[in-house]
Amino acid sequence: MVATTDRQVSPPSPPGGPSPDEPKTNLTTHLLRLGVSLVVPILAIVGLYYAGTVLLDEDANRIAVVVMAIVVGVIGVFGLYVGMDWLINKLPERHRDRVRPFAFVGPAIVILAIFLLYPTVNTVILSFQDSTGTNWVGFDNYTSVFTNSDTLVALRNSLAWVVIVPFFSVVIGLTFAALADLLSSKAEAVSKTFIFMPMAISFVGASIVWRFIYNFRPEGFGEQIGILNGFLTGIGQEPIAWLLQEPWNNFYLMVILVWLQTGFAMVILSAAIKSVPEEIIEAARIDGASEWQVFRRVTIPSISSSIVVVATTVIITVWKVFDIVFVMTGGRFGTQVVAEQMVTQFFTFRDSGIGATLAVVLLLAVIPLMIANVRRFQEQELTR
Amino acid sequence: MTAAVESPTFQKDRPSLFSRIFDRWLIKLTILAIVIVWVIPTLGVLISSFRPGGVVNATGWWTVFTNLGSNEWTFENYDAVLNSEGFGNAFLNSLSITIPATVIPITIAAFAAYAFAWMEFPGRQWIFVTIVALLVIPLQMSLIPLLKLYVNFDLNGTFPAVWLAHTGFGLPLAIYLLRNYIGSLPSSMMESARIDGATHFEIFTKLVVPLSVPVLASFAIFQFLWVWNDLLVALVFLGGEPKVRVITLALRDLNGSRGEQWHLLTAGAFITMALPIAVFLGLQRYFVRGLTAGSVKG
Repeated sequence: MVATTDRQVSPPSPPGGPSPDEPKTNLTTHLLRLGVSLVVPILAIVGLYYAGTVLLDEDANRIAVVVMAIVVGVIGVFGLYVGMDWLINKLPERHRDRVRPFAFVGPAIVILAIFLLYPTVNTVILSFQDSTGTNWVGFDNYTSVFTNSDTLVALRNSLAWVVIVPFFSVVIGLTFAALADLLSSKAEAVSKTFIFMPMAISFVGASIVWRFIYNFRPEGFGEQIGILNGFLTGIGQEPIAWLLQEPWNNFYLMVILVWLQTGFAMVILSAAIKSVPEEIIEAARIDGASEWQVFRRVTIPSISSSIVVVATTVIITVWKVFDIVFVMTGGRFGTQVVAEQMVTQFFTFRDSGIGATLAVVLLLAVIPLMIANVRRFQEQELTR
Repeated sequence: MTAAVESPTFQKDRPSLFSRIFDRWLIKLTILAIVIVWVIPTLGVLISSFRPGGVVNATGWWTVFTNLGSNEWTFENYDAVLNSEGFGNAFLNSLSITIPATVIPITIAAFAAYAFAWMEFPGRQWIFVTIVALLVIPLQMSLIPLLKLYVNFDLNGTFPAVWLAHTGFGLPLAIYLLRNYIGSLPSSMMESARIDGATHFEIFTKLVVPLSVPVLASFAIFQFLWVWNDLLVALVFLGGEPKVRVITLALRDLNGSRGEQWHLLTAGAFITMALPIAVFLGLQRYFVRGLTAGSVKG
């Protein structure tokens, strides 16, 4: 039995699992498991570190550096796994199948622990410490976040963002998806591409694009080159300094994210609309429903779960918005938001306590979603 | 059902030919209006980036439509931005960041996903549930401790620091997507491979990876765009040194130093947008799939 473990097949459980007649897992096995989990990430980090130092010293040929970065990243990491598997085959027979899964899954777990789990715990701890992380201050940072005028404005603005941006993204995306569905399939594909394309643009790029739209020149500083003010002066109105108009400037920044996210809402909702069974729609039409009634009473209820998914996804993106505010206004003129304040507090004001507290505020808001995700996943697993 | 469609009641309630044609036009006009509103911002940037500096900053870009014959196009802005403003170097830096930061998480996640789907080990269930929970953690939670860690290990400001950070932030989604896909491959296939004497490593490289190309591609595109477009992670862990600066940061700096030189800003913006838009247009199908599946990323 032991000699053929590699070929053994056990239908109910995945192949390679320990069979009942093998000895119980002992300390050696556990140590080996820990070892193989750590080897790949540690070698990878060390290797990448030296590769990175070489890459940065190399001033001469940037193309060569790019090629080298790619080779190191692509082949290096895969090579470590190949080497690890080779080593495991050198192990005594009885350890192999118990250790092997950890060579596959261990590196991922170690990296998640270093880059997500440890920092999350550490950030929570830092939020109860002072600006340099040396003394415990209890809930002082939280009190300060909820009383300081800058962070209070940021909280107010972030709440407005998470209501307004998802609302308009979903409404415009849904309208567009429903109307485009009635076009010929070629016209539909082309028109959808235009709406979807901003999804590929960075928040920084989009910010520049829209700073150009909102461009304002005071009187005597030349013709208006921003299209909005160009239009206003064209019809004989005074130009407006859009980004300085508190509190409306917040809405002008939100427009940018609506522009970026509507394509996402449109694509997902379009797929949902197409999956509503034709029979239900036809049945409603036969009963004398108008197109609008069909849409309102049949299509929308059938795609409600997709609407919820789209809305929550956009809400998460909006909640963490940083780049747009950072580039457009730098958080001035009453436009600060929580994620932007988090960076400002930590990097500009050097206060890791307040910075960490704001990060925790960001986290707390998504915890219900985390629970919902886990629940949904566990339900899916039952039906697998 | 099909018979019912032909029924007289249905015929009677059908709107008149005129109102149907009117509806068609109304739909087309609405679509056209939205498309125009969505395209104008990018169009303005694209047109301005090819106009001479003096002209861009003196007249609105839309005036090109009223004097089309003037022939005032130029590549000078691109030349200036790529060379004297350092965008050429930043573009290469972005490539050196983005490609490893896309490939490394895929490699690590694929091995892990295979183990979660087809290998038996203690803790398999709850570790995976933890990964599902990690999907929505805001990366802001990691910034401060990770920066301190990097400073201690002297990793801050190096490419690997950013590769690893993006790997960590991308892993939960990658593992989740790949495991769902790899787990749905037929178990009979795995079993017959085992009977034929294939090891896990052989099954993984010769069977599972080739069959998973669609899901690997969707995640790759998703991560590529994410890393390429990222500002926050690069800003925190790499910084603004011209030698290492990525393209989003170069654009941010240009915005700070030459905020009213629109011929440069528009050319810079278009350079940052060109590659993701090309990737997006070429691989739209995979991108849409990745987006649908990845709509839970944190």
